[in-house]
Amino acid sequence: MTTIQTTVGGLYRSSRARAVTGFGVAAILLFAVAPATMTMFRLGLLAKFLCLAMVAVGIGLAWGRGGMLTLGQGVFFGLGAYIMAMHLKLADAGPGGVPDFMMLYGSGEVPWWWEPMRSPVLTIVLVVAVPTGLAILLGLAVFTRRVRGAYFAILSQALAAAFAILLIGQQATTGGTNGLNGFRSFFGYDLSDPLNKRMLFFIAAGALLVMVAVVRQLMHSRFGELLVAVRDQENRVRFLGYDPAKVKVVAYAVAAAMAAIGGALFVPIVGIISPADVGVVPSIGFLIGVAIGGRATLLGPVLGSIAVSWAQTSLSESFPSGWIYFQGALFILVVAFLPGGLASLVGKWRRRRTTQDPPDGAPHPSVPATSGSAA
Amino acid sequence: MTPSRASTRLLPAAAITLALVLSACGARTDSGETDGGSSAAAESCVDTSGDSVKIGFLNSLSGTMAISEQTVHDSLQLAAEEINADGGVLGKELVIVSEDGASEPTTFAEKAEKLITSDCVAAVFGGWTSASRKAMLPVFESQDSLLFYPVQYEGLESSPNIFYTGATTNQQIVPGLDYLKEQGVESIFLVGSDYVFPRTANKIINAYAEANDIEVLGEEYAPLGHTDFSTIVNKVNSADADAVFNTLNGDSNVAFFKEYKNVGLGPDEMPVVSVSIAEEEVGGIGVENVEGQLTAWNYYQTIDSPENATFVEAFKAKYGEDRVTSDPMEAAYTSLYLWKGMVEKAESFDVADVQEAAGGVSFDAPEGSVTVNGDNHHIAKTALIGKIGADGLIHTEWSSGEPIEPDPYLEGYDWAEGLS
Repeated sequence: MTTIQTTVGGLYRSSRARAVTGFGVAAILLFAVAPATMTMFRLGLLAKFLCLAMVAVGIGLAWGRGGMLTLGQGVFFGLGAYIMAMHLKLADAGPGGVPDFMMLYGSGEVPWWWEPMRSPVLTIVLVVAVPTGLAILLGLAVFTRRVRGAYFAILSQALAAAFAILLIGQQATTGGTNGLNGFRSFFGYDLSDPLNKRMLFFIAAGALLVMVAVVRQLMHSRFGELLVAVRDQENRVRFLGYDPAKVKVVAYAVAAAMAAIGGALFVPIVGIISPADVGVVPSIGFLIGVAIGGRATLLGPVLGSIAVSWAQTSLSESFPSGWIYFQGALFILVVAFLPGGLASLVGKWRRRRTTQDPPDGAPHPSVPATSGSAA
Repeated sequence: MTPSRASTRLLPAAAITLALVLSACGARTDSGETDGGSSAAAESCVDTSGDSVKIGFLNSLSGTMAISEQTVHDSLQLAAEEINADGGVLGKELVIVSEDGASEPTTFAEKAEKLITSDCVAAVFGGWTSASRKAMLPVFESQDSLLFYPVQYEGLESSPNIFYTGATTNQQIVPGLDYLKEQGVESIFLVGSDYVFPRTANKIINAYAEANDIEVLGEEYAPLGHTDFSTIVNKVNSADADAVFNTLNGDSNVAFFKEYKNVGLGPDEMPVVSVSIAEEEVGGIGVENVEGQLTAWNYYQTIDSPENATFVEAFKAKYGEDRVTSDPMEAAYTSLYLWKGMVEKAESFDVADVQEAAGGVSFDAPEGSVTVNGDNHHIAKTALIGKIGADGLIHTEWSSGEPIEPDPYLEGYDWAEGLS
């Protein structure tokens, strides 16, 4: 007994040390190395990728750990983004003012549901509350009826399609296909100022680190164990007396909140949100990075998402029309030969090393705590 | 187990504190120095010291718009080659940096910023959809650079940093309506894709119709890329209007015109005036489906002028005999020459100098003589109503005779009051 306990304790201690070092390195890279070495334009791009990575972190939790294939995260991303964009438009128009596009395409009056976004505080609350609330309602409706697998995926995708069509149809109040753009300030800070762009990058980097920390916490908690159990054997969990629907709703809502925050930060950083950023195609785009990186791991989704976005930008600069084939081929290869994503390569390599070349001393436990869920 | 529990709680807390402290630092530095930074953002890095100058072409080379925007890209390349062969601009050779807008507004904004700040181009040429232009506008304004936009659009816009070389509404849609009125049309039906251009165009058409006693019998929208038009065509058929005004874009036109022909409608029964079908699209729709139908543009390949003959010949020589030339391609080709004219008049590549010199710059374009309006940065163009012929080309039926001054906000039209 004592040997097992010490090894378990040792494992936890080493994983904790690794996590602390990992966070430290990430923080140094994001807060010191990146701003020092990159031009303003590249830093802005990285900030955009970090926003997309926030969506990926949430998908990692909902899909990788919870088994919910969410093909519609664009809805939550879009809600967060549009709420933030509405506030920025109203703030630019001044107190009682009307956003420019409403004068051109609309009735020249601000509709009632825009009014709450005049308040900065209420905006920040609504950015998180509306998408999360929607996810909870939707989750309760769907998961308590035991809708899952492909049916849930189709449903979430249909929602993304409907959301984009709705936005396009309401040109007078949502800007239609043009979306919302042309923001000048962000909570009083001038958006064209490079220093404020850097501040936005820091906020995005900080938010992403916090999200990764939250997901790590959730993964290592009893809730995380339960979530994996629900994914792998929902019925057994139910027979044990838990309500799988509640577990899934929580994970789904957390993922929605993360997508919403990513969307809200995307708006001032990129300067535009349009239906093309929230529909079916971008919703699937969010998944690609997660799948390639490794959906069930903590860092796979983040690193996969950033790497895919980065490759997309740099490859499209050199091969404008060829990149899409490359992305598709990579996706097929990973899904066909490496279902656990690139992160599972690390796990495989580590396991091979431990089995081939066992270190002297205490016998290792054959399977580390997390590898069982990597499949 | 106890130590591990504590650790999982400690770690995120530490991370949150770290993140908050660092991002707060960023914010504090900024608030103090806001004034110092904003001038740096607009500072141009364009290098004109050597014997070449960089310009950017930003078109969608991938995605749904690629099929249209590639043609614009081709004619821009042709214009650049011609200018370089002729000694360049102010004696400097044009070096082209091409970027792919990928049919996504956000990509257009990103690549525009890249072209301006990383590649340091003197001007950017490109964009097609309204969404792409709206996405790029704030970038060009905040970076104080120049965009030449070559496509007809819905008007109600003008920016000191954008030159609009395609038609605005009073150079395309309004003449189209004038023509229908002249033909004695008393009722119309509006069909369009569901996005900004058709919706705004139809708003203008409704105002015009009301003022001119033309009855609008219906207004139908289909999502972009929609291909099932049986319902809409049935409505058009039963409404029995004198003419149809079509603002459908892209693939939808194929399905619409096939269905239109299927129910027995044609140019004799109910003519269709289209504003997004050019020579390039006629082949895709099938000549047999659209022969005899009308279009409203400012340029057709069939225009009989020495300038156009040279343009068409050069284009076919470079890209193949089977290629056709269309209005957006011609407007893009013209835009590069207009920029050359502005730079040479200003004797400088500097944005402010070019803006100042722009007014009055004219060019004998394939479409005829065009002149830049210095106030709204649009250009005076001749409106042409054309009929699609059996040869797949479009032949001029009616012409405004002389260039129409651009009026993007329709300020010179009483019936348009309250639209902008």
